[in-house]
Amino acid sequence: MADASIPLIVSDIHKRFGDNEVLKGISLEARKGDVITLIGASGSGKSTFLRCMNLLERPDSGDIIVHGEPISFRQTRRGREPADRSQLERIRTRLSMVFQGFNLWAHMTLIANVIEAPVHVRGIPRARAMEQGMALLERVGLADRAHYYPAQLSGGQQQRGAIARALAMEPEVMLFDEPTSALDPELVGDVLKVMRELADEGRTMIVVTHEMDFARDVSNQVVYLHQGMVEEKGHPSEVLGNPSSARLRQFLAPRGR
Amino acid sequence: MQELLQSLAPWLNDNAIFTPSTLAQYWEGFVNTVQLVFISLVLGLFLAVPLAIGRASPIRAISKSIWLFTWVFRGTPLLIQLYIAYYGLAFIPGARESILWPLIKDPLYPALLAFTLNTAAYTTEIFYGAIKAMPRGELEAARAYGMSPMMAYRRIILPSALRRALPAYGNEVIFMLHASAIASVVTIADLTGVAYNIYARFYAPFSAFIFVAVCYMVLSFSIQGLFRLLEKRMLAHLQPR
Repeated sequence: MADASIPLIVSDIHKRFGDNEVLKGISLEARKGDVITLIGASGSGKSTFLRCMNLLERPDSGDIIVHGEPISFRQTRRGREPADRSQLERIRTRLSMVFQGFNLWAHMTLIANVIEAPVHVRGIPRARAMEQGMALLERVGLADRAHYYPAQLSGGQQQRGAIARALAMEPEVMLFDEPTSALDPELVGDVLKVMRELADEGRTMIVVTHEMDFARDVSNQVVYLHQGMVEEKGHPSEVLGNPSSARLRQFLAPRGR
Repeated sequence: MQELLQSLAPWLNDNAIFTPSTLAQYWEGFVNTVQLVFISLVLGLFLAVPLAIGRASPIRAISKSIWLFTWVFRGTPLLIQLYIAYYGLAFIPGARESILWPLIKDPLYPALLAFTLNTAAYTTEIFYGAIKAMPRGELEAARAYGMSPMMAYRRIILPSALRRALPAYGNEVIFMLHASAIASVVTIADLTGVAYNIYARFYAPFSAFIFVAVCYMVLSFSIQGLFRLLEKRMLAHLQPR
């Protein structure tokens, strides 16, 4: 039985799309307070791997264990599916995700986006969720935008709002799927600043990113994926400072670092 | 204004057509048209929401059978549907002895049936299109935040899709109002039916029909105004601030 004190363990994940095997057995363990960055070229499978963790993609094999509770699967004609929908939904509330494209619900104001899942999925009283939600928007610097709709906000504001939405779930682990890739360069800084603050307060985070500075300065573990496999992993000072794999050296080189 | 009224006064006094009695008939026609259209739109709307959800269902038997329903009702003239409902139902063996006979022989109910199913078919397709156009990312966010498929429909998909469908649905409402003119062919005294009677009595086509055209126009513009107001409120999230 898995250790219940570890927020998230994923082991030996395989995933194929048709003939294309995207993930060839990847494992990862996120302990409390870990900030793990997944790096790699596009097509290396890092986003797919992240999306397997909350089952937005269904892994063909492998286990996902949240605080000692493994997600149960069953075989169906269409492949391997989660056996228990309510378990899946419960576990998803503990792993909140921040998307590359923000994915705020467009017909709701920012504050409504933030309190939506806490009120309707977790059953928190509206007044309390509202109070917490406003405090979170304050934290990400958007208190004055609470009643704006997503389309009325800049990309950076939307992404910070999406982070507030993720925080409102009081998640065990936060999953970031290239959170700054869709942003204009001058807006990236604000979002990264918020993420650094989250890391500093001891949040468990798994971040798919191309921001090497963030990986180097903030994370305590870097995982370099290549063609669906872990090519190298370890502390950023080793992985980024002194890469042993030629491919990783090449991956890091064109950035001039 | 004064001059306009004075120039109209002799005409209003002289004319034999727009008397209190005919105006009362127009009013009755107006009420009948509004009732007929309103009731069939409300019923059609309530049918269309679950039908559109079924139409988007991954279960082929459900989505295909609903597609067949909308295909039939959108592929045939409303007038034919009305004829089938009014003349046809009476010929179903046993219809005349059934407890439904009082409903079948009254033209109002067959007309309501045909109109309701017709608008339900069009509205289903409008809503289905809006559901299909739902941004994928917003659906993923709903799943990622632990929503069940039912809750995602209730909280995210329907509120978003119905808002997006509003302008197209507004057109459907106006279309339905205009299409309701054919109710007069099964002897319903709607606006058009009344106008025809008055035309026939006085043999004054321009007066009878232009007046009724203005009535329809007033209704159309009121509906348009209503929808513009609704859109302003419900589609606020698409407006710049």
